[in-house]
Amino acid sequence: MSNDIRTITYQPVIGLEVHVELSTASKMFCRCSSDYFGQEPNTHTCPVCLGLPGALPVPNEKAIEGCIMIGLALNCDIALFSQFDRKHYYYPDLPKGYQISQYQHPFCAKGYILLSNNKKIRIRRVHMEEDTGKLMHQDLDGRAVSLIDFNRSGVPLVEIVTEPDFENADQVKEYLQKLQQIIRYLGVATANPDKGEMRFEPNISVRKAGETGLPDYKVEVKNINSFSFVERAINYELKRQSSILERGETPIQETRGWDERRHVTLGQRTKEEAMDYRYFPEPDIPPFQWQSEQIDALRKALPELADAKKARFIQSYSITDYDAELLTRERRLADFFEEAVKVGQQHGVEPKIIANVIINKKVDIDTMVPAELIKDIVASRKIEAIDETELLAVVQEAIASNPKAVEDYKKGKTNAVMFLVGACMRQLKGKATPERVKELLVARLDAM
Amino acid sequence: MKLYELTITEARKGLLEKNFSARELTSACLERIKAVEPKLHAFVTLTGEQALEEAQKADTLLGSGDVRPLLGIPISIKDNFCTNGVRTTASSNVLRNFVPPYDATVVRLVTEAGAIRLGKTNMDAFAHGSSTEASDFGPTRNPWNIERLPGGSSGGAAASVAADEAIAAVGSETAGSIRQPAAWCGVVGLKPTYGRVSRYGVIAMASSLDSPGPITKSVEDAALMLEVLAGHDPMDATTSPLPPKPYRKLLKEKRENLTIGISDDYFNGVDPEIVAAVQKALQEFERLGHKVKKIKLFDPQYAIAVYTILQRSEVSSNLARYDGIRYGFGRDAFGEEAQRRIMLGTYSLSAGYYDAYYAKAQKVRTLIVEDFERAFQEVDVVIGPTTPSTALPVGSSKDHPMFGEISDVLVEASTIAGLPGISICCGFSKELLPISMQIMGPYFMEDLILNLAYQYEQVTDWSNRKPNL
Amino acid sequence: MEINVEHVAKLANLPLDEKRLEILGKQLTETLLYIDRLNEIPTEDVEPTSQVTGLTNVMRDDTVSDSLPQQAALENAPDTYNGYIVVNAIFEE
Repeated sequence: MSNDIRTITYQPVIGLEVHVELSTASKMFCRCSSDYFGQEPNTHTCPVCLGLPGALPVPNEKAIEGCIMIGLALNCDIALFSQFDRKHYYYPDLPKGYQISQYQHPFCAKGYILLSNNKKIRIRRVHMEEDTGKLMHQDLDGRAVSLIDFNRSGVPLVEIVTEPDFENADQVKEYLQKLQQIIRYLGVATANPDKGEMRFEPNISVRKAGETGLPDYKVEVKNINSFSFVERAINYELKRQSSILERGETPIQETRGWDERRHVTLGQRTKEEAMDYRYFPEPDIPPFQWQSEQIDALRKALPELADAKKARFIQSYSITDYDAELLTRERRLADFFEEAVKVGQQHGVEPKIIANVIINKKVDIDTMVPAELIKDIVASRKIEAIDETELLAVVQEAIASNPKAVEDYKKGKTNAVMFLVGACMRQLKGKATPERVKELLVARLDAM
Repeated sequence: MKLYELTITEARKGLLEKNFSARELTSACLERIKAVEPKLHAFVTLTGEQALEEAQKADTLLGSGDVRPLLGIPISIKDNFCTNGVRTTASSNVLRNFVPPYDATVVRLVTEAGAIRLGKTNMDAFAHGSSTEASDFGPTRNPWNIERLPGGSSGGAAASVAADEAIAAVGSETAGSIRQPAAWCGVVGLKPTYGRVSRYGVIAMASSLDSPGPITKSVEDAALMLEVLAGHDPMDATTSPLPPKPYRKLLKEKRENLTIGISDDYFNGVDPEIVAAVQKALQEFERLGHKVKKIKLFDPQYAIAVYTILQRSEVSSNLARYDGIRYGFGRDAFGEEAQRRIMLGTYSLSAGYYDAYYAKAQKVRTLIVEDFERAFQEVDVVIGPTTPSTALPVGSSKDHPMFGEISDVLVEASTIAGLPGISICCGFSKELLPISMQIMGPYFMEDLILNLAYQYEQVTDWSNRKPNL
Repeated sequence: MEINVEHVAKLANLPLDEKRLEILGKQLTETLLYIDRLNEIPTEDVEPTSQVTGLTNVMRDDTVSDSLPQQAALENAPDTYNGYIVVNAIFEE
């Protein structure tokens, strides 16, 4: 921060729209496979998602459930009455000339996420819509063209919109990590930004430090597909807008694109008039009227989420805040830990130890089952349990009572030592490793 | 009697009794088409060769004792129904080269029922109109007088049936597009309850109103066609899960002592010849043991305004997909009527006007729905003229931005409410043009309006008259 | 009533020349005058009706069925390349 007293400090006001593709088997409104990533272009389409004349949408129940589960996990109110609307705009990747989305009556509204410093980020709405096709820009025989692939068209998309509650890019980053974690815990989406499964549109404006009202403009940044780019784009905009304000001007309200090669935001064609999407209720899909019991049932079916799990781990397993945090980052790891704790109980292995081993030894949960981990811990613990003097006494005893083997060894039959190792191990009953016993035997014999 | 003059019911009997083959029947229709089509222009696309192949197959099936309901019956299909591999244009230049890769549910159903498809019938482009003059491929003429319009938008469908080119037709109605051309062409037109017949694969006009339905030579044929078409479709979320009824069987059930409602507003401003014919029909119903009762329905003039807003708004949205990228031609290919409708619909949905127009129309729609609910507590059905005039001269619709709305004034309210209605011929004007009445019923009571229409048809002989072509 | 027909045409993505716009503007005004009679009907406490099916919660299960073959998906497109549909360049920036 500058020490120059003439410099006014500026503070960003940031809101965020996040789009998440749900990992359903079929698309939102048709039965085409939604597994489009890396597939041949235009091989996952049908009359519905190509927007052919006469085709009609029929909503995917699992996707709607997924949307409502996200809303519940984000502490939203679930609307008992809800409906789809048509949102109109023209773009070559939007086959019907409108997107089926939700406007007046979204499935979920008014939720929040708590950041670690207890700051509440309010969620304005969580609604269901469909994805568009994909455009690729290319030169074709000297002609600048866009190539369209409609495989992605109609993939279920949940949009999560916050209030302008963020004060800096760090908060945005933490929010996004939490959001991604929650969605993955729910199992409704894989939410990999690098595959385009999670996309970000921050809207950013800047005000003088100490002011509380919202600025009278905002800048929306599109095309961001990684957490770190969101951070960079926000910091870039903060700098850009502050310098405009310092000149005594006001930044214009606009949509800017993130250029991921140059790490700057660029003004897109300025729209002379604000977008007018001409929303109206989708006549092809009857509305939704939930019974509160239906919503309660979904709420009950929600898995335990990371924050709750972390608190419970600290409480029931007496592990540190730090360990609990690491163990609950991913649901799979947390499940592995709990399973190991269960097995460990039968062998007197404490959760604290298990947590330590998982975190410090970087246990690969893809190749190991929890029971194996416990077996290893038990084995290493027995080794630690034996006293060095006792161990030496056993070695001494073995040498004394097996003169034949000692003689063979001395004659150069080094294999004979293995006979002595065996004799020791029988005595030790697994309280030491064969390697350690052999080490001690060889040292003794060589010194004889 | 010529084979092409038969009704479905008669042709079916002849086929089952082996009096003639499906191939003979189909050839007869194709010959008739060849003879009268130059005067009428009811079809946009003919599929004669394919029809003969289908007829061949139908004959084999007939030989093996198959009795599916439309087996071997040649029918026409309105050109807004997608047909896999057969050009589907909705009579618009925008789609003049569009060949769908799929069948509309209704097309699949008639095909599975054994029907022979003769071709695709002309219509007002994108069903925007009530004259078939707004077809980008030229108007269809009325078989009763080729200087007159057949009505629309299913004008080609109604003309194809009235002129005996097809034994029956599949059409679609948004507000009047089945009943009005059926009325002007003197045939039977049934608009089912919204959601009774699937819209999947029907090129959308106004999605919350569109209802596919049959145009036939007799009421019994309409009942048979409805049995084939009606039912829940998993591809159309707005279709009803209620099971369809055995309409043919219910047709012949004795239903007496029904109360028929009439509303003065449905007779005001209507051609006196039509008023007289409908009043005579009402007397006929009284003779059949029914009561006629005066009721007060919502003034149909307001329905015009509601319909215009709802329909234009949905049209502007439904036509948004035509960008010439995935199929068809670009947005410069729209005709004048489509332009008008898109402009008004876009305006009425745009920021600042939505509440004044679209939301307002939706609220009045609620009042119209409630008005009919009240009426049907008092009466079993409502009867009125189908149209305020008989078939108008060719050229009448030109530069008349609300031609359709005005000529469909008597069917719009029931369409807005989604109710079923049937139009049947009840007389002829001095100029020998057909006059028709409509019977409107409560939701999913197609069986009731069909039953009454059938009773009337049994005691009159209007439907036996044929145009002189 | 003044209607900005140019703006409406832009929203509707209709390429119309000035002469057409003028005619359409007049016809629009004429139709809207007719529609204004709706204001005679009070609707303060009336709920809007956007569809008349009476149905709610119509959904399908999440199962996959066959998509169109690529060739069928592209069949009607005027311009294609390597399985893609081609349009003149659209620039995001």
